[in-house]
Amino acid sequence: MTYLSPIIGLALALIAGAIMFSFLGKPPLGALYAYFIEPVSEMWSVHELLIKAAPLILMGAGLCVCYQSNNWNIGAEGQMIMGGMAGSILPVLFPQIAGPFVLPAMLIMGVIGGMAYAGIPALLKTKFKTNEILTSLMLVYIAQLILDWTVRGPWRNPHGLNFPETRQFDAFARLPEMIPADGRANFGFVIAVVVALLIWVLMAKTMKGFQVKVIGASPRAAKFAGFDAKNMVFFAFLLAGATAGLAGIVEVAGASGQLRTTISPGYGFTAIIVAFLGRLNPIGAIVAGLVLALTFLGGEAAQISLGVSDKVARVFQGLILFFVLACDTLILYRIRFVASKIIPKGAA
Amino acid sequence: MGMTEAILLTIATAATPLLIAALGELVVERSGVLNLGVEGMMIMGAVGGFAAASLTGNPWIGILIAILFGAITSLAFAFLTLSLAANQVATGLALTILGLGLSGLIGEPFVGQAGIKLSNISIPVLTDLPLVGPLLFGQDPIFYMSIALVIGVAWFLFRTRFGLTLRSIGDNHISAHALGIPVLRYRYFAVMFGGACAGLAGGHLSLVYTPQWVENMSAGRGWIALALVVFASWRPARVLAGAYLFGAVSIGQLHAQALGVGVPSQLLTALPYIATIVVLVLISQNVRTTLINTPAMLGRAFVPER
Repeated sequence: MTYLSPIIGLALALIAGAIMFSFLGKPPLGALYAYFIEPVSEMWSVHELLIKAAPLILMGAGLCVCYQSNNWNIGAEGQMIMGGMAGSILPVLFPQIAGPFVLPAMLIMGVIGGMAYAGIPALLKTKFKTNEILTSLMLVYIAQLILDWTVRGPWRNPHGLNFPETRQFDAFARLPEMIPADGRANFGFVIAVVVALLIWVLMAKTMKGFQVKVIGASPRAAKFAGFDAKNMVFFAFLLAGATAGLAGIVEVAGASGQLRTTISPGYGFTAIIVAFLGRLNPIGAIVAGLVLALTFLGGEAAQISLGVSDKVARVFQGLILFFVLACDTLILYRIRFVASKIIPKGAA
Repeated sequence: MGMTEAILLTIATAATPLLIAALGELVVERSGVLNLGVEGMMIMGAVGGFAAASLTGNPWIGILIAILFGAITSLAFAFLTLSLAANQVATGLALTILGLGLSGLIGEPFVGQAGIKLSNISIPVLTDLPLVGPLLFGQDPIFYMSIALVIGVAWFLFRTRFGLTLRSIGDNHISAHALGIPVLRYRYFAVMFGGACAGLAGGHLSLVYTPQWVENMSAGRGWIALALVVFASWRPARVLAGAYLFGAVSIGQLHAQALGVGVPSQLLTALPYIATIVVLVLISQNVRTTLINTPAMLGRAFVPER
C-alpha cells in the first residue's frame, strides 16, 4: 500500500485533470496526451524536463527531512532565492575573479545563503517558540522583495539597456551542460540526484536519520531517548535550507546564467508536493520531482498545442497533492463503512 | 472629507478582509482544526465573487457567490482532514496551492475587466456628520458585517451552549466524543464557517477593496489572517485590534510610498510581512497566555474508536 497509494493518488489526479480539460472544451484524452506524453517524446524537451526537475528534487529531498521531523518549513521558495543571490555574489560583484574554482565557490555560497535564511525561522522557533509555518512563509515574500530590489538597484547590469537583470555570467561561472549536442540540460540534475541519494543514506543508515524519525513520530519517546529536539529543529531547517540554496544557485548558474527579478516559478512550493508525493522518502522525491517537472513542462506545451492557460499546471499540482494526501488514508487506516446507529432521544 | 477621515476609512477597508478571514479561522481553530488553506479559500472567493458580479451586474450576487466558493473549497479540506483523517498542515497547503491555481484558471477571462464596486452606504444627514459621519455611517456594507461578526463570534463562542461544546471539542475531542458529542459534525460546520468567512473576505478584496481581478490578488493576506489568530490568542476582540493594526501598517506603507520617502519601495511593501514576524515573535514570548488559550487538539486528527 505504501508504494501503491501515491500511484492511486496520481491516477485520480489525472482523472480529475481529464474532467477539467473537458470543462475547458478540450478532448480529455488527447489533452492528457499533449500534456504528459508529447513533451517527453523529444530529446531536447527531455533535457528541459531535467532542468526543471533538478531544483524540485533538491528541495523535495531536503523537505522530506523537515517534514519527517515535524518541522513545517514552507519557505523553501525564499531559501532558494537567497541561495541564488548569495551564490551570485562572485560573478556579479567580482567578475574579474576567474578560474575553475569560481563555480564550486558559487555553489558553496549558495548553500550557505539558503542555510542562513532557513536559520531564521529555526532560530525563532527554538528561541521564542514562534510558529515556523508562518515565519518561513512570510520570509518568502520578503526574499522576493529583496531580490527585486537588488536586481533593479545595486546589482543591475550597467551595460544592460536598463533591463532589470544582472550581467551575464562568464562561462566559468556557469554549470556546464551534460550533452550539449542534444539539449541544454546541465549537471544540476546530477547534483540533485546525488544529493537526494546522500540524504537517503542519512535517513536510512545513520543515527541522525533515526533521530529524525523518532522525533517526528513521537516527541515524547524522543525526549526519553535523550534526543535534543531544539538541535533537530536547526538540523532539519539548515539541511532543507542548504538544498534550497543549492537549488537556487543551480537554477541561476545553470538555466538562466544571470539573476533576474524572479528566479523560480514557485519551485519552492511545488517541492512541498514533491516531498509528499515521494512519501517523504528522498528516493521517492527523485521520482516525484520528475513527475512534477512534467507538470510544469506539460503546462508550457499545452499552452502552445492546446491553447489552454498555463495556470493548468498549478491546478494539476494542487490536484496531485490533494489526491496523494487523500490516499494516505489507505496506508494509515483500514476503511470500514458502518451504518450509523440511531439512538432515540432520551434513551441514554 | 478631510485627510484624517480618508486615511481612517482606507485603514478600515484594508483591515476588513483580514478581520473576516481571521474570525472564520478562529472558529475553525477553536474546534481543534488547523486549516492553513485560508489563502486558497480567500482567492477562490475573490475570483468567484468577481466573476459572478461581472456576469450578473449585481455585486451582491458576487458577495453571495464569494461566500459560497469559500465554503465549497473548505468542504474539500473538511472531507480530507475530517472524514479521511489526513494531515491537516499538508492538506491546508494543498488547498492553498489548488486555490491559487484554480482561481487563476477561472479568472483568466476576467483579467483587465473593469469591476463592479459594492457601493458604500449612505444615510441622509447621518453620513454627512463631520468626522464620525463617514466613519460610522458611510462605509461599505461588508465593514458592518465584519463588526457584527466580531460580536456574533464572541457571543457564540462564549455565551452559547454550542460555542461551549465547540471549544470543548477543540480542547479534548476524545472526552467530547465519549460524552456523545458529534465531534466531526461540529468540525465540519466550523470548517465551512471558516471557508465562508474566507470567501467573504476574498469577495471584499475583488468587489470593494480593489474592484478588479488580478491573479494572486490576496497577496498573502490569508496567511496574515492565520497569524492574526495566533496574535489574538484565539480571542475575537483581539482579532479586531490586530486586524486594524495590520490595516494601519499596510496603509501607512502605501502613504509612505506615495510621499516618496527615501526608502526603497520594496522595503515598504515588505513591512506587513516583517510586522507579522515581529508580532508573532513578541506574542509567542509570552508562553503563558499562548498556552492557556491554544486549543489543545489543534491540528490533531480525530479518529473515533469503537
